[in-house]
Amino acid sequence: MKRILPLLAGMALLLSACGRADLSTLDPQGPVAQKQFDLMKISISIMTLVVVVVFAICVYVLVRFRRRKGDKTIPKQVEGNHKLEIIWTVIPLVLLLILGVPTIQSVFGMATDYSKDKNAIQVKVTSHLYWWEFEYPQYGVTTAQELVVPTGKKISFELVSADVKHAFWIPSIGGKMDTNPGSSNRMYLEFPKEGVYRGKCAELCGPSHALMDFKAKSVSPESFDRWIAAMKAPASMPADPKLAETFRSKCLACHAVGDQGTNGAPNLTGIGGRQTIAGILYNSDVVADPQPEDKTTVENLKEWITDPQKVKPGNQMPSAADNQLTPEEIDGIAKYLAGYKLDY
Amino acid sequence: MATHAAHAHAHAHTHTVKRYKGLMDWLTTVDHKKIGILYLLAGFIFFLVGGLEAILIRIQLMKPMNDFVAADTFNELLTMHGTTMIFLAAMPMLFALMNAVIPLQIGARDVAFPFLNALGFWTFFFGGLLLNISWFTGTVPDAGWTSYVPLAGPTYNGTHGVDYYVIGLQIAGIGTLLGGINFMATIINMRAPGMSFMRMPMFTWAIFITSVLIVFAFPVLTVGLVAIMFDRLFQANFFEVGGGGNGVLWEHIFWVFGHPEVYILILPAFGVISEVVATFARKRLFGYSSMVFAIVLIAFLGFMVWAHHMFTTGLGPVANALFSIATMLIAVPTGVKIFNWLFTLWGGSIKFTTANLFAVGFIPTFVLGGVTGVMLASAPADYQYHDSYFVVAHFHYVIVGGLILGIFAGLHYWWPKMFGRMLNEGLGKLTFWTFFTGFHLTFFVQHFLGLLGMPRRVWTYLPNQGFETMNLISSIGAFLMGIGTIVFVVNVIIAWAKPRNAAADAWEDGRTLEWSIPSPPPEYNFKQIPLVRGLDAWWKEKMDGKTAMTPAEPLGPIHMPSPSILPLIMSIGLFIAGFGFMYQNHWVAAGGILVTFVCMFLRSVYDDHGFHIDPEEEEVQA
Repeated sequence: MKRILPLLAGMALLLSACGRADLSTLDPQGPVAQKQFDLMKISISIMTLVVVVVFAICVYVLVRFRRRKGDKTIPKQVEGNHKLEIIWTVIPLVLLLILGVPTIQSVFGMATDYSKDKNAIQVKVTSHLYWWEFEYPQYGVTTAQELVVPTGKKISFELVSADVKHAFWIPSIGGKMDTNPGSSNRMYLEFPKEGVYRGKCAELCGPSHALMDFKAKSVSPESFDRWIAAMKAPASMPADPKLAETFRSKCLACHAVGDQGTNGAPNLTGIGGRQTIAGILYNSDVVADPQPEDKTTVENLKEWITDPQKVKPGNQMPSAADNQLTPEEIDGIAKYLAGYKLDY
Repeated sequence: MATHAAHAHAHAHTHTVKRYKGLMDWLTTVDHKKIGILYLLAGFIFFLVGGLEAILIRIQLMKPMNDFVAADTFNELLTMHGTTMIFLAAMPMLFALMNAVIPLQIGARDVAFPFLNALGFWTFFFGGLLLNISWFTGTVPDAGWTSYVPLAGPTYNGTHGVDYYVIGLQIAGIGTLLGGINFMATIINMRAPGMSFMRMPMFTWAIFITSVLIVFAFPVLTVGLVAIMFDRLFQANFFEVGGGGNGVLWEHIFWVFGHPEVYILILPAFGVISEVVATFARKRLFGYSSMVFAIVLIAFLGFMVWAHHMFTTGLGPVANALFSIATMLIAVPTGVKIFNWLFTLWGGSIKFTTANLFAVGFIPTFVLGGVTGVMLASAPADYQYHDSYFVVAHFHYVIVGGLILGIFAGLHYWWPKMFGRMLNEGLGKLTFWTFFTGFHLTFFVQHFLGLLGMPRRVWTYLPNQGFETMNLISSIGAFLMGIGTIVFVVNVIIAWAKPRNAAADAWEDGRTLEWSIPSPPPEYNFKQIPLVRGLDAWWKEKMDGKTAMTPAEPLGPIHMPSPSILPLIMSIGLFIAGFGFMYQNHWVAAGGILVTFVCMFLRSVYDDHGFHIDPEEEEVQA
């Protein structure tokens, strides 16, 4: 055991070095993911022990007892061995106990309901065919695709689906929970550090299941209050009245900005400050680590508005052609939305 | 039913039954050995189809944002890959081994219900055919092999895709259920004199328990499929949330069937490994009674753990805690089996034939799949693993690394018994090493992909997420597995061209009854039903210096079941009815059902007395 422990510690170190900090379950950024990672480490350690023992016996047996050429001897026909059989029944039971107890503790710990907790931030998550809606009932605010939460508080989620089943997953912050149509689930998460974390849909939901990413952004409590205030402020519409009218009639029939429009499609308030368009097109002028293939917010918006099916097959957004938008209008709307940033 | 010869002696030669040759022989056969070969052929073809789908999936995932296949095509591929591999490849290949081996191992002349056996094959075959015809009609099932509603429901899946899944599996499921009933009855009733339950070979035990699992689990799938079929075809509301139904109900139904299904798949592999390891170590199975007990316990617990597939569905902490613990418990009997195999090898004289390579390759591989199973059992950690590539890696370790390695071991081991020809050992070993290496290359890295945050069933992935290298390795491994499979096919073709010269006891160290009769066995298997004097009946006789089993009956004419074309026609009737239902053409549906009913009527009103073979007369003619 003494020899194996440093080995395991080394392995844990290796594992924790893996992957992006904003995505990997092996580099937890919050207490929920941390607890899950601790359980993983316990189980991986126990299981490594089992694997090592079995492999060692296996290799020894296969080498030691291989048949030599021309060997005609008949080995002793052993019926069994009660002592051995009891050993390999009891030891696994003990190992399972070691894993079982913290499992039970965490199962109940993670199911703690903070929905009535006044200090917790309530967020209602509604999954749609390929986008995420986040509603803050305490503040009367709704946003989409980019969840904004304050650090240091319990975030109590109510999860439901508007159509098919999806699953809400922010790997580096905590495990997933399904969003079922017709009945809601609860979970809580905590974000101790400021940052932007990657979220995924984990349940097959159709062609664009793979592209149903979202972001979870944790900000300081003061900044969060400013964000809420900015979200509640009246909408800033396009300066050009003609463009404003086009935007109102074509886009706000489904979308919303500030106090305008409806929430049938993703809320666009402050979209210019979000890291991505449609959850997957990274905005090179917003993200901290732009990649060579990333485009600017304006370019991404134009790409998306022109032909949404090309970006996210099977989504509900009509193309620019269906919406009868001229190239000038697309350009104007993209520029207006890219400039629509909230100060918080 | 193949009754005792003495009873039938008076009727000998009184009935003349038409015997067919060539293709008609195969279409009308009720001989378990031929049905086993049919299962193997059909199952292996579906295995190749499912494998091709897997290769296409891995090509698509080879690099980020690949556009080799479209998003909707990818969902069709992953759905058909899973459904085909489980229902149309793995299960039939198991049925192939069951049919080829079980009656021989228990000293019987056929299964309890030979007609039903043929019917089971043909319903499976036409169900599978119906499912795969979807590729040609353009609407392919695309909601995953689990077919979760509402994605698979009529509201969000309006085309006929999922109908093919529902009706194809319903028809194929009839075959599986018939097989389960048949083998349960066979093993309970038709063991040779002296073969008590605790003298049955381990493979027979495994198949017995598997049959029990099938009999209890498959009706659940049948009910679930009927409900989803009514939702889709007749606007019922079992699972339609808008109409007051409940989608989570389908998840429960599916997994109440689906989890025992996992054990239906793996228990036979356990049986195969037990036979192969004992034979090639020249040792009796270590801890036989605890092995039997472990199988029974695994099967029992297998019904108690279905909700561990639903830890993130939102069942609440009490359910999650209970199902966590129940799931972990399965590790104990499974561990018992692993150690018993290792200690069967311990002190033995191990010969590394291809069959044994697959068997000893199975042991560590299955341990890896087993330990990730225990990791998954811890519900809070599963919130991270669930529906990620970690799960994909886990179940491929148990299904491919467990079941498929087991099937390969069984096929190489019993090939001489089934076909009278030895497979080439060199090619066999090449198959093993390419398949085995390819397998670990493909699936080992997938554990880490999941832990790094890659969800399963994704058509593509964005770059810069740390997924690229491991996905590429995984795809390369998949190609290697494909090469291994091709080498196996080549091996089979080469063996086909060779003379039928396999010895009765083809591996020289055979322990069970099938090795006491010629390879391949005559139509009636045993000229005289043998007397079983202990566990490993044939080994015991050999050790006592005998060269043949002691017969338990005098020589005489042997009663055989008649061949029949009815099972084929009945299945075609269901096949036609399936299309009728799907495309809402009720005349076609009624016509198909009528064909099946007419066949059932004919089968009921015409007595089938079978016929008799006089083994001595046949020998004189030969």
